[in-house]
Amino acid sequence: MEPTLRLIAGNPLDQLARTLEALLVVASAPLPVQELADAADDDPDRVEAALGLVAERYREGRSGVVLEHVAGGWAFRASREAADACARLFERPAQRNLSGAALETLAIVAYLGPCSRPDIARIRGVAADSAVAGLVERGLITEAGRDETAGAIRYRTTPLFERVFGLESLSQLPRLDDIGADTEQIRERLHEVAEKRTA
Amino acid sequence: MIVRELELDLDAFEGPFDLLLTLVLKDELDLRELDVAGIVLAFLERLADREELDLEACGEFLVLIAALLELKARGLFPEEAAELAELEPEAAAEELARRLAEYRRMKEAAAWLRERLQTEGDRFFRLGPAPLAPKVETPLAPQDPERLAQVIRLLAVEPPEVSLSHMGLRFPPVVQFLERFRAVLRRRTRFDFDGEVNGLSRIEQAVAFLALLELRRSGEITIDQAAPFAPIRVARTGEEIMDRDERTVAWNQRSA
Repeated sequence: MEPTLRLIAGNPLDQLARTLEALLVVASAPLPVQELADAADDDPDRVEAALGLVAERYREGRSGVVLEHVAGGWAFRASREAADACARLFERPAQRNLSGAALETLAIVAYLGPCSRPDIARIRGVAADSAVAGLVERGLITEAGRDETAGAIRYRTTPLFERVFGLESLSQLPRLDDIGADTEQIRERLHEVAEKRTA
Repeated sequence: MIVRELELDLDAFEGPFDLLLTLVLKDELDLRELDVAGIVLAFLERLADREELDLEACGEFLVLIAALLELKARGLFPEEAAELAELEPEAAAEELARRLAEYRRMKEAAAWLRERLQTEGDRFFRLGPAPLAPKVETPLAPQDPERLAQVIRLLAVEPPEVSLSHMGLRFPPVVQFLERFRAVLRRRTRFDFDGEVNGLSRIEQAVAFLALLELRRSGEITIDQAAPFAPIRVARTGEEIMDRDERTVAWNQRSA
């Protein structure tokens, strides 16, 4: 870079980083790069680069405030080492006491969503009404239109879900093939049971 | 014991089991209305009455009741029944395995979420409505400037002037009416108030009434009104003394 340019603009990336810092400290939800670029009136690529500077300054072990890439955007949060202190002062209604039924319902909505209560009930084998209502109240899932054939309300996960579970996006969820028993295993067990019965 | 002769007393049906089966098979009895548990109870009671266990009857009953249950289930879930009826036993097992596997995967996914919740549980962050500046949207369709001008012209009209006339009210002096009533009373011993103020403005009538009270206070007149809103009769003092004394006595008696 030519020295004359630097004289005029100083370190412009550093200034952009300060602007981003300011935007992020006011925000209460993750800000996508594009939104930051619009607000800072700058180029998205430069914003990404400047975010690197901010992230370096606000990282675990170095600062009580940590910058993280979460729920499709960038947001400040408390450092993990301050978690105990935070827990003594702050309540987290979204994730407190999530029941097994709620987590199963949440998993179904996260993987198969948008899906309706009948869809969820079909997979879990029991009615999903109260689990769905609880998750909506917590703000982890939200309505997403209606089923085209049956007209039932469909649900999808919210950005808060991604944030609570520390996911950059839903694509960060492990692939279903990677977890759980596969169909083959279950089929074999079914056949075993059937054979025992006929024998 | 013959299962088919089992006597039933249910809400939807009363009679031997045999007849019930016939009616069901002929579609003359809606299975969905039938309490299958009631039939089982009746059979168990019957069984308990006997000392020995009749295995043959139990077997027959199990087969019949299982068939009834299947029919009832299909009646309750017609779509599922159609779906599964087309399936061969092999395919049905396959379908069942698929569903079980799907549920297993979701259970595992839920377990992953729970684990994730624990590992990410020490991340505290700010929550709340984002204080974002509202993005200005202009949902208005293109407008006709002439119509806009028309509407603005309506607004640009000078509003009608507010009447302040009530603020400029002038009260005629009470003295004026005092003299007027005294003059009347010099000519006549009594007069009718309404007749005297007839044709005057409300304000003047009010002042005239004040004058009347003034005269009454100074003992120049007596005032008499037969009933509320009746004409007010005014008399020079002395002219109606008799009446007034009588009334006062009557009033004192009443209040005593």
